[in-house]
Amino acid sequence: MSRLADILALVSGRFGADRVVPPTGFTARLTVFTSAAMAFLAVFALALSLATDRLATRWSEALARTATVRISAPAGQVEAQLAAALEVLRTTPGVAEARPLSDAERRALLEPWFGPDLPIERLRIPALIEVVETSEGIDATGLRARLAGEAPGALFDDHTQWREPLVRAANRLRTLGLLSLLLISAATAAMITLAAQAALAANARVIAALRLVGALDTYIARAFVRRYTLRALMGALAGSLLGLLAIAALPRADAAGGFLTGLGFVGPQWALPLLVPPIVALVAFAATRFAAFRQLRETP
Amino acid sequence: MIDFQNVAYSYGSDALLRDVSLHLAPGSFHFLTGPSGAGKSTLLKLCYMELMPSSGQLDVFGREVRSMSRDDIARTRRRIGVVHQDCQFLDHLPLTENLALPLTVAGRDPEAEAGNIRDLMGWVGLAARAGATPPELSGGERQRAALARAVIMDPELLLADEPTGNVDWEMSLRLLQLLVELNRLGKTVLVATHDLNLIRAAKSQVPARVLRIANRGLHLAGADL
Repeated sequence: MSRLADILALVSGRFGADRVVPPTGFTARLTVFTSAAMAFLAVFALALSLATDRLATRWSEALARTATVRISAPAGQVEAQLAAALEVLRTTPGVAEARPLSDAERRALLEPWFGPDLPIERLRIPALIEVVETSEGIDATGLRARLAGEAPGALFDDHTQWREPLVRAANRLRTLGLLSLLLISAATAAMITLAAQAALAANARVIAALRLVGALDTYIARAFVRRYTLRALMGALAGSLLGLLAIAALPRADAAGGFLTGLGFVGPQWALPLLVPPIVALVAFAATRFAAFRQLRETP
Repeated sequence: MIDFQNVAYSYGSDALLRDVSLHLAPGSFHFLTGPSGAGKSTLLKLCYMELMPSSGQLDVFGREVRSMSRDDIARTRRRIGVVHQDCQFLDHLPLTENLALPLTVAGRDPEAEAGNIRDLMGWVGLAARAGATPPELSGGERQRAALARAVIMDPELLLADEPTGNVDWEMSLRLLQLLVELNRLGKTVLVATHDLNLIRAAKSQVPARVLRIANRGLHLAGADL
C-alpha cells in the first residue's frame, strides 16, 4: 500500500522532495544514458519478438494448409500419371483444391537458382500439383497409399518435414526476443540500482543533513526515487523514440526481403513501444526504492 | 528532558565514554568542555541519537532511545535543534530553503511560514543574504544560519557542537548572545566547546553549568569555570 502511495505521490508531484538531491552528477547522466540505451534495445527486442511471432503464425497457418504432389515419371507417362493423381486428389476427403502448376509457375520456382531464361521444356523437371487442404486436413498415409497404386511416380509432400523445424525456430526466436526483454529489464534495474547506490553514497552529506533536521527514511528515499525515476523515464522516452525511428527507417517488408525486411511493427503494434518508457520508469522506481531503503537502513 | 544513567559508548573495542550520568533539566544551560577527542561530539550525538549507547540507560524526552524506531528517532529530532561545527547545509539550495528544510521534512508548508523565516533571518542578521547558497557565505554567516535553522522548529532543546570554532571572537560573542537569548526564551541549551573564554563570557550572563569530559568520563568543572 505504501508503495502504491509512493507511486501516486511520484506521479502527482505533490512533494518537491527531490530538490534536496543535488541536480547534477555522473550518476544522473549514467541513469539517463542507461535508460535510453535499454529502451532502444527493448524496442528492437520487441520488434524482433513480434516479427518472429508473425512469421511463425504465417508459416504454421499457410504451410499447414498446403501440400505438393510431385510426379517424376518417364517422359511418356507424365501426363497420364498427372491425370491419375489429379483424379485421386479429386476424390480424396480433405482436399479443397488441387491444380497442376503451369510451366511459367515452375519456371518461377527455379528462377532464383537458374535465372529467367531457363528452357524448362527441354529439361526433365517433375510435374507439380499444388494441393490446398480443407480445415479437416488430409489423411496423408491413406493418400500416399492410393497414389502409389494409381500413379506410382507421384510423391505426396505435406511440408511437415521442413515446416516444423521452421516454425520451431521461429517460436524459439520469439521466446529469445521475450527473454531479451526480460534481460534488458533486469539489466536496467541492476544499472539503475548501482547508479542510485553511488548517488546515495556520494550524497552522504545531504543524507546526514536531512537526518539532522528530522527527515524520515521515507522522505529521503522518496527524494532519490523521484529524481531517478524521472531521469529513467526521460531517458527511456528518448531511447524508445530513437528505436521507433530506427525501425521505421528499415526497408519496407516485401516478398523478396523476407524476414529481415519484415522486422518491425504492423498496425496497432506501433503503439506497443510506448509501453517501454513507463515500464522502465517502474523498474527504476522499484530499483531505486530498494537501493535507497537498503542503504538508509545500513546507516545510523 | 535528557537523562544519561551510567551510559557508556564504545566504538569497536575502544571505550569513548564510560559511566556517564547527566540530567538536562528544561530551561537549563550547560557547557560541555574538554580537549579535542575527549568525547564532546560523541556525547552530543548520543543526545540526538545519531549514536546509540553501548550500555546504560539514555532517555530523551522521557523515552529510552533503544526502544525507539527509526521513525520515532527522526520525529524526536524535530524537537531538538542541532548546530554543527561544519553546519551541514545542502550547498545547492539557497539559504531560505536550507533554513526551511526542517519545516519541509516535517511536512509543513514553508510558504505559509515565510514570515517566520524572514524574521529568523533578520534575528541572526542574514536578511540580506536570503538568496545566497551556503558556499557563498562566510564562516560566521554559516554558523548564524545553522543556528537559525536549528531553532526554526521551535525546539525544546538546542545542541551546539563547537558553534564558534570557525569564527573570530567578535562573532563568537554574537553567537553566544543568540544562544543566551534562546535560553531566556525557555530553551534548554547544551554547548560543546573548548573555548574557555566563551564559557566565562557566558557565565556572566546566564547561570550555566559547566561539565568537563576527561578520562572518558563526565565531571563537573572546577570553580575556575
